[in-house]
Amino acid sequence: MLAALVGVWELVTRLAAVPEWLLPSPTVIVVEFVESLPQLAPHTARTLLEAAIGYGAALLLAFLVAALIDQSGLARRALSPLLVTSQTIPIFALAPLLAIWFGFGITPKILIVALACFFPIAVSLAGGLRNADPDMQALVRSMGGSRRQVFSKVKLPSAIPALLSGMKIAASYSVIAAVIGEWVGASQGLGLYMLRASSSFQTARVFAVIAVIAVLSVAMFLAVDVVGRRIAPWIYVRMEEAQT
Amino acid sequence: MPAAGPPVLRLSGVSKAYPASGGASVQALRDVSLEVGRWEFISLVGPSGCGKSTLLGLIAGLDDPSAGSIEIAAGPDGATGEVAFMPQRDLLLPWRSLLDNATLGAEVGGGDRAAARKRARLLLPSFGLEGFADALPHTLSGGMRQRAALLRTVLLDREILLLDEPFGALDALTRAALQEWLLEIWEQLKAAVLFVTHDVEEALWLSDRVYVMTRRPGRIRLDLPVGLARPRSRAVRGTPEFAALKQRLLDALLADTA
Repeated sequence: MLAALVGVWELVTRLAAVPEWLLPSPTVIVVEFVESLPQLAPHTARTLLEAAIGYGAALLLAFLVAALIDQSGLARRALSPLLVTSQTIPIFALAPLLAIWFGFGITPKILIVALACFFPIAVSLAGGLRNADPDMQALVRSMGGSRRQVFSKVKLPSAIPALLSGMKIAASYSVIAAVIGEWVGASQGLGLYMLRASSSFQTARVFAVIAVIAVLSVAMFLAVDVVGRRIAPWIYVRMEEAQT
Repeated sequence: MPAAGPPVLRLSGVSKAYPASGGASVQALRDVSLEVGRWEFISLVGPSGCGKSTLLGLIAGLDDPSAGSIEIAAGPDGATGEVAFMPQRDLLLPWRSLLDNATLGAEVGGGDRAAARKRARLLLPSFGLEGFADALPHTLSGGMRQRAALLRTVLLDREILLLDEPFGALDALTRAALQEWLLEIWEQLKAAVLFVTHDVEEALWLSDRVYVMTRRPGRIRLDLPVGLARPRSRAVRGTPEFAALKQRLLDALLADTA
């Protein structure tokens, strides 16, 4: 499917002689990619670093908030509306503000990534904790288990499948969020590199950067998937059983 | 078989009502009194929805009765962790190996984990689970899962085992095999069992006494001593005494629906 699409693209750009600044052909993009690799690499590393740190921060914060929501009814009522509201604020509007407050260093980018990734992780983890089997929880209680033991022995492991799906969604957001942060102002990063290329009509380079962003996003997604398979093999077995 | 002495479990006038919609309440249990003696095997039979599971939940300390008292010889009343409770579903935690599931009680109770694991390994063969210590629950058959759940219950090391329809979800053949096996295990165990079922033959064949409960609100209708000698063979089920006892149980059970 993807190959066919690229094939059509290549054909159309060649046959119709579309100017390169308007829509470069895939081969031109590949050539551009290879040529700009020395510059592309450090920018990519920077963006990846921002995405990874922001993602880690989001994971930590989401864990704390979800656990709090799960353990306290008051926290749930107080935090849930805030959670949803935080998601209605467009990142594009927030990025310039964060740049004003935190300057053009790495901090505002990390914050933007964290903000974008926090919501899907927190919501899915809170949902997973809430949906843990009440009978399993009762079993641990019947053994004399404390609230904390019910949480650590039943609720948290039960929530791992939900947590992983939230983490996958967040992983696919993380790179693009870092790029948006860099658009507002940065000294390094794919967002900056892309902005420069587009303002000088180096369209092929813009496409090369887009391709890198896409590949990175997929890579983040797959990384979470691989980690998930390692720490929670039983989930996947059950899914495969359900399919047969 | 039952040794003399004070009962290990005594329920006096236990009632349980749940709040229902519209301010009304649903009476699940009314004035239930029963006793389980030391090393006794007691069954509780009744139509579905008669509050059998509610009753076990109260004894396990998961919920409090609206009225009446529950006395457990081992310790304070109304606390959790006093009895070994095996719920209807096996509830093996899917992310834990069989051995880790079986020793969950020691882990929760803060006991000696290494000792618990050692004991669990020793018991695996008699539970028909040898070689499956590291297996995850989804790889086990229904019968094996049920035996694993019972192993977890036995390893809690309590004087009283509450078993809630442990064989309810199994096919007839597995079920019959597990009943015989349960008797063998129990005879070595020296613990009292309160066994909930709606299978009259199962109750009779396993028990020293059978309590019959009524439809909701659940009350005790009959306390039937089963005078059949132990150890019991499969052939006991074909005797006239067995048939007569079964008839009495069925009469008590069906009096409801008439």
